[in-house]
Amino acid sequence: MHELPQQLVNGLLLGSMYGLIAVGYTMVYGIIKLINFAHGEIFMTGAFGALTIYTYILPNGTSLWIALPLMIIGGMIVSIAVAVITERFAYRPLRNAPRLAPLITAIGVSLTLQQLVWAFYPGAKKERLFPQFGGSGFHLGAVTIQPADIFLIVAAPLSMVFLATFVMRTRTGRAMQATAQDPDTARLMGIDTERIIVIAFAIGAAFAAIAGVSHGLRYGQVDFRMGFIAGLKAFTAAVLGGIGNIYGAMLGGLVLGVAESLAATYIQHIPGMSHFGGGAWQDV
Amino acid sequence: MTALLEVEDLRVAYGRIEAVKGISFSVEAGQVVTLIGINGAGKTTTLRTLSGLLKPVGGHIRFKGKPLDKVPAHKIVELGLAHSPEGRHIFPRMTIEDNLRLGAYLRKDHEGIEKDVQHAYERFPILGERRKQAAGTLSGGEQQMLAMGRALMSRPELLMLDEPSMGLSPIMMQKIMDTVAELKAQGTTILLVEQNAQAALALADHGHVMEVGRIVLSGTGQDLLHDESVRKAYLGED
Ligand SMILES: Nc1ncnc2c1ncn2[C@@H]1O[C@H](COP(=O)(O)OP(=O)(O)OP(=O)(O)O)[C@@H](O)[C@H]1O
Ligand SMILES: [Mg+2]
Repeated sequence: MHELPQQLVNGLLLGSMYGLIAVGYTMVYGIIKLINFAHGEIFMTGAFGALTIYTYILPNGTSLWIALPLMIIGGMIVSIAVAVITERFAYRPLRNAPRLAPLITAIGVSLTLQQLVWAFYPGAKKERLFPQFGGSGFHLGAVTIQPADIFLIVAAPLSMVFLATFVMRTRTGRAMQATAQDPDTARLMGIDTERIIVIAFAIGAAFAAIAGVSHGLRYGQVDFRMGFIAGLKAFTAAVLGGIGNIYGAMLGGLVLGVAESLAATYIQHIPGMSHFGGGAWQDV
Repeated sequence: MTALLEVEDLRVAYGRIEAVKGISFSVEAGQVVTLIGINGAGKTTTLRTLSGLLKPVGGHIRFKGKPLDKVPAHKIVELGLAHSPEGRHIFPRMTIEDNLRLGAYLRKDHEGIEKDVQHAYERFPILGERRKQAAGTLSGGEQQMLAMGRALMSRPELLMLDEPSMGLSPIMMQKIMDTVAELKAQGTTILLVEQNAQAALALADHGHVMEVGRIVLSGTGQDLLHDESVRKAYLGED
């Protein structure tokens, strides 16, 4: 049981990553009732965007601490561009179509984005290495925190505070709430709901890019399929937190991350459980 | 003098079903005009078309002399046309104050907005007492006050009210109609849709009776109030 604090911390870290992605599902669903199946790929392209900055734009051997802010910005630009373009050309034309049409389109967009990265990103047919922080972990009592995780520890809460402030305190944030609650009436107030939809996609994409960078830092590699499992888990987190609820999405992510982390560690210790796949349970 | 709002041969359809089949009427500044008629007559469809939520299949709408039928919904309130929709449609999970402020979403005059929020609280004290409460917790009548207050926050030149008395207790209904009368006395131009024909006609300068998408009878409020067929069909007399 001495691993418990460490597993809790791992779970919270993993969970805040899921939560960051889940925010995108929940915001888009809250406003246009679309489960954007391609959101996992928005996360993936964000990670590749950050990798591009580090590998192809910055001079060789740039310190990761200096590169990181630029990588985040690059990742966000790519994610936001992909999200806004797919919204404009894939989802918007289907705004008044039956619900199933945009859902199927979203699955198509998801596969297309994966294939585009696979086909055109240099070396993306296999995993590509993501830059890593050197140095060993920090010890806090029984818990070790890896340098890679510090980014997430700082970025996840900051992002959530930013989002809550934006939604609750700004004029555009209130317009977003109104659009989510009653889109026709929002238009009667003079709110350009199409613009609000684009903003929701963009914010979700920026959050996904942050998660993409932290995924790269944690696991040391990125690949064109990374959005699938992460997206599925984040979607589960969004549902767990009550889809449409941004705080719920974060909380759902944390709960899921902790559950996954503890299950992966402890289920295999339960006698008999190993017959059912042991560690493989973490992906349930 | 050209009217504030002119509707000419307006036709609106849901798919292939025409719900409004060529209606014409106008509203002059300072007037109260009412559309009455039984369920499904096309009253709500007409108002939703005027505020751009539905696109007409034919006819013309002119507001202050400018065509309105191509203007997107979110640009219409800016022109001075506010709509308090049927069923109130307040934003239930936002506070009363946020609801009111959304009515002034496009206004930039912060002092004027503050004054108008205070004014709304004076007009409807209950809203002021509960300003920080979620609007969904209000009673039906209070929600109606909020919906009207919110529509007024844009300082409209024409206020459209769709069945403000729907589903309210007689006392509340009276209160809402008193408010409409008060707004009229203050010079607000109002296009009022009501099933409560008696109350609406008593207030209105002009009335139009709609039946299955057409205006079948028009006149001054008083004329219609004393019209025999109207009394039979809408005022429950025989
Ligand atoms: N969204 C819709 N889709 C299809 N038909 C509709 C829709 N909304 C209304 N209709 C139809 O259009 C006609 C006019 O409806 P509308 O709501 O304008 O009537 P109304 O006069 O406002 O009635 P009420 O007094 O019940 O509010 C009705 O036959 C109605 O069934
Ligand atoms: Mg109606």
